[in-house]
Amino acid sequence: MSIDVFIKNFAEQFDETELSIFCPELVFRDIDEWSSLTALSVIAMVDDKYGVRLTGDDISISKTVEDIYNIVESKLDHK
Amino acid sequence: MTKNPFSLEGKRVLITGASSGIGKVIAVECASIGADVVITGRDESRLNSTFLSLPQGNHGQIVADFQKSDDISKLVEALPKLDGIVHCAGVVKTIPFSFMDVNDLNFVLNINFTVPVVLSSLSLKMKKLIKGASIVFISSISGVYCSFIGNSLYSGSKGAVNGIVKGMALDLASKDIRVNSITPGMIDTDFIRGGIISDEQIQIDKKKYPLKRYGRPEEVAYAAIYLLSDASKWITGSNLLIDGGYTLN
Repeated sequence: MSIDVFIKNFAEQFDETELSIFCPELVFRDIDEWSSLTALSVIAMVDDKYGVRLTGDDISISKTVEDIYNIVESKLDHK
Repeated sequence: MTKNPFSLEGKRVLITGASSGIGKVIAVECASIGADVVITGRDESRLNSTFLSLPQGNHGQIVADFQKSDDISKLVEALPKLDGIVHCAGVVKTIPFSFMDVNDLNFVLNINFTVPVVLSSLSLKMKKLIKGASIVFISSISGVYCSFIGNSLYSGSKGAVNGIVKGMALDLASKDIRVNSITPGMIDTDFIRGGIISDEQIQIDKKKYPLKRYGRPEEVAYAAIYLLSDASKWITGSNLLIDGGYTLN
C-alpha cells in the first residue's frame, strides 16, 4: 500500500479542492469542502479499494491524511 | 375489574427482529401488558436471551434468517394463529449514494421491505392472521419525512414500507385486519454505536431534537402496543410519528 496512491484516492472524494494541496500532512478538516458526506465517502472509498472498514471514530481521532492512512495500514496488518 | 382497551390480554403477537434493539424491547413490553408473544430473530443465543427476559406467559421463539427465503416459509408454517405482527427486523447501510451498487440496494430493500411484506402475505395465505388482527410496521422518519447523509438506500426502503401500508390497509379492511406504521426518529440502541457515525457526531445530532435526546425503545413499544390493542380498532392505513419533534424543524 502506497501513501501516494492513498492520497490520490483520498483527493478523489473532493470535487472542488485543488489536487496540488493534498499531501500526507494536510489537515483535512481545514479543507472548505470537508463535510460529513466527504467523511462517509472516505470510509466508502477505503472499504472499496482496501477492503477495510473505518469507523466514524477513526475519522474523528485523525487530524491529517497520513493519520487516516496509518489507521488503514494497521487494520490491513490485522486482517 | 373494568376493561382496559389498551391491554393485550388474550392476544398472540409475532415480533420480528426480537433478538436485539427495538424488537427486543417491543417483545418484552407486549408480554408485560398481557400478550403471548412469538419472537423471531437470526441469532439463536441472543433470541433466547430475549425469550428468558419475557415476563410469564405462553410465549414461543423461532430462529429464522430473513436472508433465506426458506426460513421465512418455515417460520410462517410453524406459527400459531395470530392477533398481530410487529415487523421490527431491519438493517441500516450507511453509504454515499455515489458508492452504492445493486447488491447494497437489494440487501437493504430485501430485509426492510420485501421480507416483512412477504411474511405478511404468507401469514394471510396460510390463515395465520385472525379476523380483527393488526399488522404494525416499524418504519422511520428517514424516507418518509426527511433523510440523512449517506442514508438513501435505507430511506428508499422505509418510504416503500409506508406506501405499501396504505395499499395493504385498503385490501385487508374487508377481513377486518388493520395495517399501520410507526416512524421513529433516532432511537438509542446498540444499532447506532461503533459504526460509521462517530460518538461526537451522535452528541451533536441529539441537540437537533427539540426534546434534546434520542428516543427510547420503550417509547416505540408503547406506540406498537396501542396499534395492536383494541384502543385503535378504527385506525388503519395510518402512521404514528414519534420523533421528539425532530421533523418540526
